[in-house]
Amino acid sequence: MLAVENLVMRYGPVEALRGISFNVRQGEIVALLGANGAGKSTTLAAIAGLLKPTSGTVTYHGRPVSGLPPETLSRQGISLVPEGRRIFASLSVAENLWLGGASHATAEERRIRQNQLEERFPILRERTRQKAGLLSGGEQQMLAIARALMSKPKLLLLDEPSLGLAPQMVERVFDLITTLRDEGITILLVEQNVPMSLAIADHGVVLANGRVAMAGTGVELARNSKITETYLAA
Amino acid sequence: MDVFLQQCVNAISLGGIYALLALGLAVVFSIVRLINFAHGEVMTVAGYAIWLALVSSVPVAAAILLGVIVAMLASVAMERVAFRAMRGANVTSLLITSFAVSEIIKVLFQNGISARPVPIVLPPWMSGSINFGFLTISVMSVISITVVILALIVLTFILTRTTLGVAMRAAAEDFPVVRLVGIKANHVVALAFAISGVLAGVSAVLWVAQRGSVDPLMGAAPVLKAFIATVLGGLGSLSGAVLGGFAVGIVEVFLQGYLPDSVAPYREAISLSIIIAILVLRPDGLLPAQNVNRS
Repeated sequence: MLAVENLVMRYGPVEALRGISFNVRQGEIVALLGANGAGKSTTLAAIAGLLKPTSGTVTYHGRPVSGLPPETLSRQGISLVPEGRRIFASLSVAENLWLGGASHATAEERRIRQNQLEERFPILRERTRQKAGLLSGGEQQMLAIARALMSKPKLLLLDEPSLGLAPQMVERVFDLITTLRDEGITILLVEQNVPMSLAIADHGVVLANGRVAMAGTGVELARNSKITETYLAA
Repeated sequence: MDVFLQQCVNAISLGGIYALLALGLAVVFSIVRLINFAHGEVMTVAGYAIWLALVSSVPVAAAILLGVIVAMLASVAMERVAFRAMRGANVTSLLITSFAVSEIIKVLFQNGISARPVPIVLPPWMSGSINFGFLTISVMSVISITVVILALIVLTFILTRTTLGVAMRAAAEDFPVVRLVGIKANHVVALAFAISGVLAGVSAVLWVAQRGSVDPLMGAAPVLKAFIATVLGGLGSLSGAVLGGFAVGIVEVFLQGYLPDSVAPYREAISLSIIIAILVLRPDGLLPAQNVNRS
């Protein structure tokens, strides 16, 4: 479904990505792991169109998509939940959801979808008129994911969805990711919680210093003791 | 007492125009970080469009509508021609670009039409006044205040009830994420310039109607006041711009009305000092923008 080939990203003299390649197959959860600064977020930003790669290609459903603007990629079914959630804090919860589906559905379809999402996340229905900035961290994460789901994405990119959440909330987020995969959404997950990510991932890719250091099935990587060393070595 | 009420009406009517202009500046600034000093020239363009229409004996109502439409088109065209290429540039480069656009338009009018004012003749009823018993109010003030209120209602509707309007508010906070959810950046920016242009056009109509003439520099003074109003209200904050606009208008009218003749020449200096004093107390403005500046 998604093929990243030889992706290079350079900011002036700094090489954030030095030619990484990996595939994401339809219906899978792929975990992208690595230490801080390994290039995980940069990879997601490049796939979503927020950053233009220096070289290399991203192929989505057999078509080259690298260099396309984010709004086009969103319309083709790629949705990014960015690091730090980045919900629109001064807008109401309902307005956040509205914008999430604004370019993908008619007003009627949007209402139906919003209803379904509010059933899944009841807190969003309770807080529908409230400013999104007033939600708790966990609620904001739910809103960020719900906003991304409003566009009915085929490929969901999640950047550190469990960062800064209470343990109970972390579990809910991982459960949700599994459920979404089972509903047919392909997921590329960037996480710092390695054990939980590998437990739900079909495949894992470990980045170190802008290169792919290791790749394999979730089970293989979970058994490999070297992963902790690679992961912890910045 | 009636003189005081009279001054209040004048202050609200002048402040309303500043508020509309300040809103036009704030709408654009909140999204593209551009302090558009060519905003005044959008007013000038609208003024000349009205003049040309009236000279060609177009009915007054149609001429006014034309002026507003021309202002909207001029503002959108400015973005396409000058500012789109500079998108993402730093604030200084954008500011200098807007000065360039402003100067070019001024010179075009000075050389193409005349550096001197051309008269605008409006129907006599518009320059009349209405008697409310103890209070006499000019028709123009009533029109100004009504138009300003209507413009604010329509703008609020756009910003809260239309997709692009809500997207504009979101873009003021975090533009990249607005694009991530699939909304086209160019549409949001074009809407911001269109709204800004309409507000400048409406202000131009009210300004020209009160002064009875159009000249190449007509937009410069009110937009400078509007700029002061946006800073006073909190740069990038829409409600701040409105409040700032009214504040600047009120200070100006009351100083004009109540300062003794001997200090009257220092009016502008005194009004700017009052504004500096407010900014010393509230450096982010009266109603600071809520946007989180991510870098």
